[in-house]
Amino acid sequence: MNKTVPVLKSKNLQVIRGGALILDVPFLSVTEGEILSLIGPNGAGKTTLLQVLSQLIPFSRGDVYFKGQIIGSNHSVIQYRRKLAMVFQEPLLFDTTVVENVASGLRIRGIKRSEIRDIAAAQLARFGISHLADRSAKTLSGGEAQRTSLARAFATRPEILFLDEPFASLDPPARESIIDDLERVIRETGTTTVMATHDRLEAIRLSDRIAVMNGGKIVQAGAPEEVMNHPADEWVASFVGTETILPGKVAEKNGSALFISAFGRSVEAAGEAVPGEDVVLCIRPENVTLSECGPASATSARNVFRGTVEKIIPSGAFYKVRIDCGFPLAAYVTRNAIDDLSLREGMPVTASFKATAIHVIRRKLK
Amino acid sequence: MDIILEGIKQAFHLLITFDPEVMGITLLSLQISGTATFISLFIGISGGTAVALSNFPGRKLVVSLINTGMGLPPVVVGLFVTIFLWRNGPLGFLEILYTPTAMIIAQAIIATPIVMGITLAAMQQLPKKLRLQILALGATRVQMVWILIREAKLPLLAAVMAGFGGVISEVGASIMVGGNIKGYSRVLTTATVMETSRGNFDIAIALGIILLLFAYFINLVLTQIQQRERPR
Amino acid sequence: MKRINTVSKWGILLSIAAVLFLVSGMLPVEAAKAQKSIILATTTSTQDSGLLDVLIPVFEKKTGYFVKTIAVGSGQAMAMGQKGEADVLLVHSPAAEKKFMEEGHGINRRIVMHNDFIVVGPPNDSAGIKGLRSASEAFQKMASAGSLFISRGDNSGTHAKEKGVWKQTGMSPEGQKWYQQTGLGMGQTLNVAAEKKGYTLADRGTYLALKKNLGLDILVEGDPILLNVYHVIQVNPAKWPKVNAGGAKAFADFMVSKKVQKIIKTFGVDKFGSPLFFPDAGKKEDAPGK
Repeated sequence: MNKTVPVLKSKNLQVIRGGALILDVPFLSVTEGEILSLIGPNGAGKTTLLQVLSQLIPFSRGDVYFKGQIIGSNHSVIQYRRKLAMVFQEPLLFDTTVVENVASGLRIRGIKRSEIRDIAAAQLARFGISHLADRSAKTLSGGEAQRTSLARAFATRPEILFLDEPFASLDPPARESIIDDLERVIRETGTTTVMATHDRLEAIRLSDRIAVMNGGKIVQAGAPEEVMNHPADEWVASFVGTETILPGKVAEKNGSALFISAFGRSVEAAGEAVPGEDVVLCIRPENVTLSECGPASATSARNVFRGTVEKIIPSGAFYKVRIDCGFPLAAYVTRNAIDDLSLREGMPVTASFKATAIHVIRRKLK
Repeated sequence: MDIILEGIKQAFHLLITFDPEVMGITLLSLQISGTATFISLFIGISGGTAVALSNFPGRKLVVSLINTGMGLPPVVVGLFVTIFLWRNGPLGFLEILYTPTAMIIAQAIIATPIVMGITLAAMQQLPKKLRLQILALGATRVQMVWILIREAKLPLLAAVMAGFGGVISEVGASIMVGGNIKGYSRVLTTATVMETSRGNFDIAIALGIILLLFAYFINLVLTQIQQRERPR
Repeated sequence: MKRINTVSKWGILLSIAAVLFLVSGMLPVEAAKAQKSIILATTTSTQDSGLLDVLIPVFEKKTGYFVKTIAVGSGQAMAMGQKGEADVLLVHSPAAEKKFMEEGHGINRRIVMHNDFIVVGPPNDSAGIKGLRSASEAFQKMASAGSLFISRGDNSGTHAKEKGVWKQTGMSPEGQKWYQQTGLGMGQTLNVAAEKKGYTLADRGTYLALKKNLGLDILVEGDPILLNVYHVIQVNPAKWPKVNAGGAKAFADFMVSKKVQKIIKTFGVDKFGSPLFFPDAGKKEDAPGK
């Protein structure tokens, strides 16, 4: 894998529509074989960025480079597009059979009939839809249709795969299995992938890197773990699922340990900051442990607070418990934990979290 | 009432025995309206597609002109074509007034806005992202237009059938520019008018039945098209 | 994959077949255009009588000309002649024809044949005009009785004749409730009169052709004013150089030729028992014999 020249790079991309700057990305680069996710709320510019990177829509300023070569004149745009593939939220299949759909990219490129047959068959097998080859596209379920769209995309052996919220319209059972299959195929083929999604769990699961977008800009980019646990600001923190975000002031610093005063309580965190500085504390709910009230059991957590259970909310596999410890705190617990502790709303409970589990955002550094 | 029943009886007799005059008139109708529809197919589909897929100042005006054209009274078209083709008119030197050619021209003028309008609507109804998907598959602009037309082939077929239906049943312009000349420019509709005024109900009813059959057939195809679903 | 191959093959074959079918139909058209053609403007009643269906093919075979018979009312036929949009006229509206000739629009006006007009009406004849020898007397009686009268109202030869009779009576039926104008051809006007059980003036030929389905009786006939004389007029090529002067002359000569006059004499006898027209070629103007 050639990691020196990024397979895709862009500079000073801007899109102005109706007088408003809806996309403003000074720099972006994607290395070969990596999976980059763009996450952000609706209207953040994820789709626009994807369409600009794939040169499907015109843009007002900037350049896009593919393997170091700038993409410019009409001819090179078509050549470039033939090296990529895009899959949308809707399958957008043609009114013909599944196998004809999968072959459409190949036919556009003028590949010989005999070769098309074999390639199409291989893609159908890859996505587990060989049995649907001669079915009309109109009769497919949502999952089957999206698999067809993916097979169609991979049939042309793209060097870059763009995905625009490809799983958003699927119901859960179909989603799970398609995500599994897609991940397998991407890893097998080593295809560079840029994916837009508003589901951060999907992004964490699949990506090598995440870029968080808001208002047409990329506000933070990095490995999933870093973005999740070290959000650059409150907005990103909130978006990536940091349930507890508290403003505070550094009271004391002792080596790398910070003592921060928040809501009248003292919280110990690890990080760089100076006393008197205004900071924001981010505590992910997964990192909060609940235990019975009473004599504190031995725990290595430096932060132990007593509070009252405000609300217990079922949240997928976990339960989100909102606690009032003088400041609002959220924790994720399993069903078992709730039963063990006999957690009820209004009950007193002890919450604890490690100092290292807190991410400190320094307000001044923006 | 007897007259009508007698007429219907005779009409069936004419049809079943393939009466040569009736068959001749039917064949001519098909040829003239068929050719006119063929012409309108090319102009209408390419024009409708071009307007549907592009954006230019004044587009709204063009769209409303097309929609107005769909409702153009055929007899008005006949009037203007006649005026143009008169010996002393601007195109008189062509000497094609009272010929099937003139009828084809008039019918093509009537059918083209119909085909164009329905094509425009059909192409605009395709999912907006479909264009992007086709481009993402590496298509050139020409390939993209062709694929979109193929995707809309059913409503486009409906457009052509609507155009054909409009002209095979048209009578005003056809009489004006064709002259209803026996064996030459006499078609189903113009012959029906003439035979009725002559009191030849059997022939008139026979021709009417054939026209109804055409209308039924066209309707059948259109209904089939309507009932099919689009792919996801 | 195989399916698509077959489909597109059939599609191509069908399209080719369709095109060939359409094109083959246009060949006789082109052939006709190659011949020299004549535009004959005549009246709907002449066409409806079926006489031209017999004569035109004979003419075309003999001379090789292609005749475009445009059947409208006498008034409109002469209007076409005035504009040079027709080559030769076959009409029956003497007063208007005279004006047409005076204004120099036509040349060589020659008498061809005549038939007559009759007054027809419902069998019960509420106005009591049956058997009258005078057309104007009959019209007067119908007017005073207020009986429904259907007029063609289209400036055709028939309409002109009808107006002439009203003139003779000194009455003006315009605007009266019982006087209705259809603006239609003779056959249709007869049908309307039959439907509404009214009176009308019709040419004998069209009446005979429709008689069995109408249910109207002949009530007044034989008045000299009811004679319906047909003339053939060539449009003046001096005024309109674009007219097919040679063709027009050929047709006009044809209509007054002995052979054709013989055909006219016997036309309709086998179908209706009596001839529809009476040949008059060569006779003195405005005094055709019976």
